Amino acid sequence: MMKVDPTNFVTLNSGFMKKYRSTNKLADMTNQQTPISRRSFLKSSALAGGGLMISFTFLSAFKFPGKPNNPDLPEQWNELTGYIKITTDNRIKIYNPNPEFGQNVMTTLPMIIAEELDANWQQVEVEMGRHDSTKLGPQFTGGSNSTRMYWKPLREAGAAARLMLLEAAAQTWGVPVEELTTKAGMLYHEKSGKSGTYGEFATKAAALTIPKAVKLKDVKDFTVVRHSKKNVEASKIVSGKPLFGLDYKQEGMLIAMIEHPPAFGMKLKSFDASQTLKMPGIKDVFTLKLYEDGFEQGGFDTRTFNDLLVVVGKTTWEVMNARKKLLLQWEPVNETKDKINKREVIVPAGLESSDEQYKKMQARSKEPATVLRKDGDPETAFKNAAQIVERTYNAPFLAHNCMEPMNFFAHVTDEKALLVGPLQAPGWIEPTLSKILNLPADKIDIQMTRMGGGFGLRAYGHYLVEAALISKKLKAPVKLMYTREDDMTYGIYRPMYTATYRAALDANKNLIAFHVKGGGIPEHAIHANRFPAGAIDNYLAEGWQLPSNITIGAFRAPRSNFNAAAEQSFLDELAEAMDKDPIDFRLELLKRAKENPVGKNNEYNADRYAGILNLVKEKSGWNDPENKKYSRGVAAYFCHNSYAAHVVDIVMKEGRPYVERVFSAIDCGIVVNPDAATNMVEGAVVDGIGNAFYGKLSHKDGAAEQNNFSRYRMIRHSEAPASIEVHFVQNDIDPTGLGEPPFPPVFGAVANALYRSTNKRYYDQPFLNELTQQNYQLNKDSKDKKAF
Amino acid sequence: MIKLTINRKTYETDVDPNTPLLWVLRDTIGLVGTKYGCGVAQCGACVVHLNGEAVRSCVTKLSRVAEQQVTTIEGLSENNDHPLQKAWMELDVSQCGYCQAGQIMSAAVLLRENANPTDEDIDNALEGNICRCGTYLRIQKAIHLAAEIQRKS
Repeated sequence: MMKVDPTNFVTLNSGFMKKYRSTNKLADMTNQQTPISRRSFLKSSALAGGGLMISFTFLSAFKFPGKPNNPDLPEQWNELTGYIKITTDNRIKIYNPNPEFGQNVMTTLPMIIAEELDANWQQVEVEMGRHDSTKLGPQFTGGSNSTRMYWKPLREAGAAARLMLLEAAAQTWGVPVEELTTKAGMLYHEKSGKSGTYGEFATKAAALTIPKAVKLKDVKDFTVVRHSKKNVEASKIVSGKPLFGLDYKQEGMLIAMIEHPPAFGMKLKSFDASQTLKMPGIKDVFTLKLYEDGFEQGGFDTRTFNDLLVVVGKTTWEVMNARKKLLLQWEPVNETKDKINKREVIVPAGLESSDEQYKKMQARSKEPATVLRKDGDPETAFKNAAQIVERTYNAPFLAHNCMEPMNFFAHVTDEKALLVGPLQAPGWIEPTLSKILNLPADKIDIQMTRMGGGFGLRAYGHYLVEAALISKKLKAPVKLMYTREDDMTYGIYRPMYTATYRAALDANKNLIAFHVKGGGIPEHAIHANRFPAGAIDNYLAEGWQLPSNITIGAFRAPRSNFNAAAEQSFLDELAEAMDKDPIDFRLELLKRAKENPVGKNNEYNADRYAGILNLVKEKSGWNDPENKKYSRGVAAYFCHNSYAAHVVDIVMKEGRPYVERVFSAIDCGIVVNPDAATNMVEGAVVDGIGNAFYGKLSHKDGAAEQNNFSRYRMIRHSEAPASIEVHFVQNDIDPTGLGEPPFPPVFGAVANALYRSTNKRYYDQPFLNELTQQNYQLNKDSKDKKAF
Repeated sequence: MIKLTINRKTYETDVDPNTPLLWVLRDTIGLVGTKYGCGVAQCGACVVHLNGEAVRSCVTKLSRVAEQQVTTIEGLSENNDHPLQKAWMELDVSQCGYCQAGQIMSAAVLLRENANPTDEDIDNALEGNICRCGTYLRIQKAIHLAAEIQRKS
């Protein structure tokens, strides 16, 4: 459990950034002895029956309160919470600390340990760690942080274990430790010709003290990291083994579903469940409050609907069916004052509609806003401009649409709580559960399953709290499940955004001032210190926001996913107005930002930014006449500490624009698992194209107008590009994150390519709006037959 | 009592004949490899084979499968060695993995009927299978690879 204020995502995140920015800049210093970082704490112990276990406390600066071992579990099980276990029969087991939602940490993070341990990867077994932040660190998947935050601690853990094995062998063989070497899980003493497995020395190593300093490998000597390793769970995935939250079950487990209001701004007035209760398999229908009045929410304690009408039964289908028999009356909610993060947040009453929301945003954007950054004298520059280019960009709410809908298993008794399911941030919800269930944190056992997608949504644990409350009331093990419709209409969407960009050009078409004013419901997306801030003398960034009762949350690359669409489209149009090549134009700005930066607070590294543009220019054959047959668009963006650029090639296919090829250039530092990283970039590109073309969650009188994939248009097989070429900048910078950075610039590159394809600029997402209005009709029977 | 054969094993069940096969598999029999994604035949996560043809089990009533042969991802091969499973692992297709059983089951029918499918054949056969992580390119490559494995064996 982390005793940071888990509620303030921005602070926590920027805190991480500050801590890590310094290490990211370090080239590789691993040739020297590096003291184990002060934030880290390694612990070794002997395994029952012999062997070594290395466990690890990370970020102790955050003061994780000690979590005693769960007395209900056998001692042996508790020992499994370490990072590394080496048994006397030479089995090496590595525990992945972080939740897996498709970013491949189950493979990637253990690879980092195996590298420094100098283990034979073929010999390594990987298992999901349990939630125990005293041993396994923050255990948070999000913000493209998994690899970045665990990189150094995991290397240290692996290196420390290796050093202890070396020491144990040196003592046994009576030779100086300096004369020993390791390779692929074996220890060697060349002079005497002695050798042995790690397992042979594991028990002896466990009795040694943890070294105070370790020597990390030179990146040039990596044999596991930077070498593609296959997903350790692949065989389970392709054979349908129970891996996901929805697959988890226990004897006697009941199924629960929640009937939430049909619209934001509504609540339950009354219900008649008499017919429902007569339906087969139905056990109970009751109401519950998610939070009691006055409950102080943390930033991730999202509450969309507080009054829960719960239907419980034996099987999923029985509950689904019985819900249809409920007679329900709803009434409007009054304005409420929530306490979130110790701040009072007013949630307005009313039934909102998307059309009105857009009108409200347009009106609000004409009003004064908060100045986020100002360089030079933009007002005067705009007054003196020979030409002003001004464009406004809009984007709708987006639903995450994880393929596995929200669900969680809970078994809560008076003494303890067991919760099992898909979750990105168990440490952030534990304090909330502790308060709501009135149980100490050490009586709450949260177990993480593989997630069928997350994309930010599963950082919010409302469905886990709901499951816990339902189980507590029923005094029974229960699985709470959202149907697709429940999931899509629940909220926690990517916010609605708008931004107006203005640029002032002088008579010679030089860029003399830049202004962005962004807003949204309920937040703006502006990152005032990002490019092109720092490259333009007169610069102004402003932001405003409008409240709403439609809930929002982090969605893959929060805020950046809109900025990169708007800003990168605007830069493209600006380059055109200035008669410049869009890549060269960006490179000129970056040259200025590097050589003579404006302001001090520029978040990005101009060299790395220019690096991806140069790489994508080269790899895409940007100036190659061969490629003139494509309508090409380019965009580049920096977010979540990494840099990504794409060139998108559009052709017309059956009368529709189709992205046939994409070239991607990424700088995320050291690429730990290249093939898996490539997969993630490919996925981000496909995800970006899909959301740019079709993504939209709209409302009418508070009700979501899309509640399933029949109305919410997702990208499908035939719309994925024929090829996506992914190129990584080769450098020795510590990994800087990859899940999010390739996603945002896809929107801009698609918009810019669409312009060249259709001669029309695309300012409003989704770009192919007309298509989203049509139900995506899939006559499966005829389709299946046609194909075969 | 309804009798049906799942992965060559015969089951008898008295659950409501209107229950979708998906929930019979997952809740009654305990085969959870077949996934729930939408419940309305839009996402393909629940694809199984009914007498060898791909059907969406979320909209296939139990009564329709009475006395018939159902194959789920768990029964696609004995030892996880169907050419598609091999190809999926070889090319590391999955990200989150949730939709992949449905993708593979759709692809398996295609591959049986069409030993050398084109990209367009694959698009057509799998258009009903959504992958939210965006692994479509790898799925396509994996099906081509599986076709090659199948031809060689």
